[in-house]
Amino acid sequence: MAVKSSFKNMVLCLFVICLVCSGLLAGVYALTAEPIRKAAEAKTNNAIAVVVPEFTGAPVMGTVNAGGKDYTYYTVSNKGLVSGYAIKTSSVGFGGPLELMVGLTADGVIYNTSVLSQSETPGLGAKCVEPSFAGQFVKFDPSKKKLAVKKDGGDVDAITASTITSRAYCVALENALDAYKAIVAGSSAAADDTCADEGCCGTCAENSCGMDCQGDVCQVEEGGCSGDCSSCSSSCEEACGECANESNE
Amino acid sequence: MGKFQLITKGLVKENPTFVLLLGMCPTLATTTSAINGMSMGLATMFVLILSNMAISAIAGLIPDKVRIPSYIVVIATFVTLLQFVMQAYTPAMYETLGLFIPLIVVNCIVLGRAEAFANKNSVVDSALDGLGIGLGFTLSLTLLGLVRELLGNGSAFGFKFIQGDGILAFVLAPGAFLALGYLIVLFRKVTAKKNN
Repeated sequence: MAVKSSFKNMVLCLFVICLVCSGLLAGVYALTAEPIRKAAEAKTNNAIAVVVPEFTGAPVMGTVNAGGKDYTYYTVSNKGLVSGYAIKTSSVGFGGPLELMVGLTADGVIYNTSVLSQSETPGLGAKCVEPSFAGQFVKFDPSKKKLAVKKDGGDVDAITASTITSRAYCVALENALDAYKAIVAGSSAAADDTCADEGCCGTCAENSCGMDCQGDVCQVEEGGCSGDCSSCSSSCEEACGECANESNE
Repeated sequence: MGKFQLITKGLVKENPTFVLLLGMCPTLATTTSAINGMSMGLATMFVLILSNMAISAIAGLIPDKVRIPSYIVVIATFVTLLQFVMQAYTPAMYETLGLFIPLIVVNCIVLGRAEAFANKNSVVDSALDGLGIGLGFTLSLTLLGLVRELLGNGSAFGFKFIQGDGILAFVLAPGAFLALGYLIVLFRKVTAKKNN
């Protein structure tokens, strides 16, 4: 080596190397921060799109606390009506945390689920991502079926030799349902004197009326909207109209 | 040693996985499928070439007593660069390899080549050495991944050609040891024949 290992040389050398390296890293970080953020966003959006019914506009993010845990959820709406929720939930699997995105329709039926991350055993628990297992939760109505593996007296077919993973999946879904209840309770409390009840199929929140809709009660009756619907903004009227049509059919 | 030999020696004579038995941790852990093995190999090759070049360029300026920390900083920088880039542009791959990308920093192949080759040779030779060893590592990992995927899952590079499962143990950790052991035996047998 050409350079003597004196104290001064060693300190200087390490200092310069660290300086150059951190400068380089800072530069690349600045360049990639945006694509990394976008990639993460795209991943979340894809997961949302898979688990909820068709929607228009961008999902609205929110957080809710249920049973002492905070959940991140995304509300999606179709033409101003809340059509479903995508709830990020997790539980402890066999090999580590099991993270799911659970989609629920506005009336609390599980629409679809998608695994965000898992570290289950390949070939056994990792099969939880496959349709043969995850498919049974499509349109799963928790009010009619019991969300537990058959071994525990429920209606869920467990993955062969992976009961722990299957149970964890059910627990995660259970958590999502708790979160859903909290969301619904929260939103009806928040929308107290809005047209949340009866009107607009029970989901006429602020955004669907386009205004604070205080006192604007849209009643859905046979044959169309009635009540104060006219004072709602047009989006709410449209929504009411649609609901009415649906209820007529 | 000719320039061409610098590359080919990493493939057979100094194959990092089957002959030098270096970098066993990522070798055993990431080769659950051929694609995973190959990506890990390519990621390591990328770091190996760049760190070899950088270290060979600055080796004359580094005092002997702090050379290892200096090398580690250089290697860690390249690994972190790679990590950012992968996270941004190949997020799916980044998730599969997960923990093992940052662990390239302490992969003894990378540090080993820096210490054994790059600090005594020119930048071009070091780059070729990195390419050769990196290729050897990539091919070995791909081969090991392929064997494990074939036996354990009945597929190759994600294309499934048997129904149902294979011998599951080969996808799991014990299968990694078994497959690697037999591949080493096979490799030794083939190269021994050649030498005689």
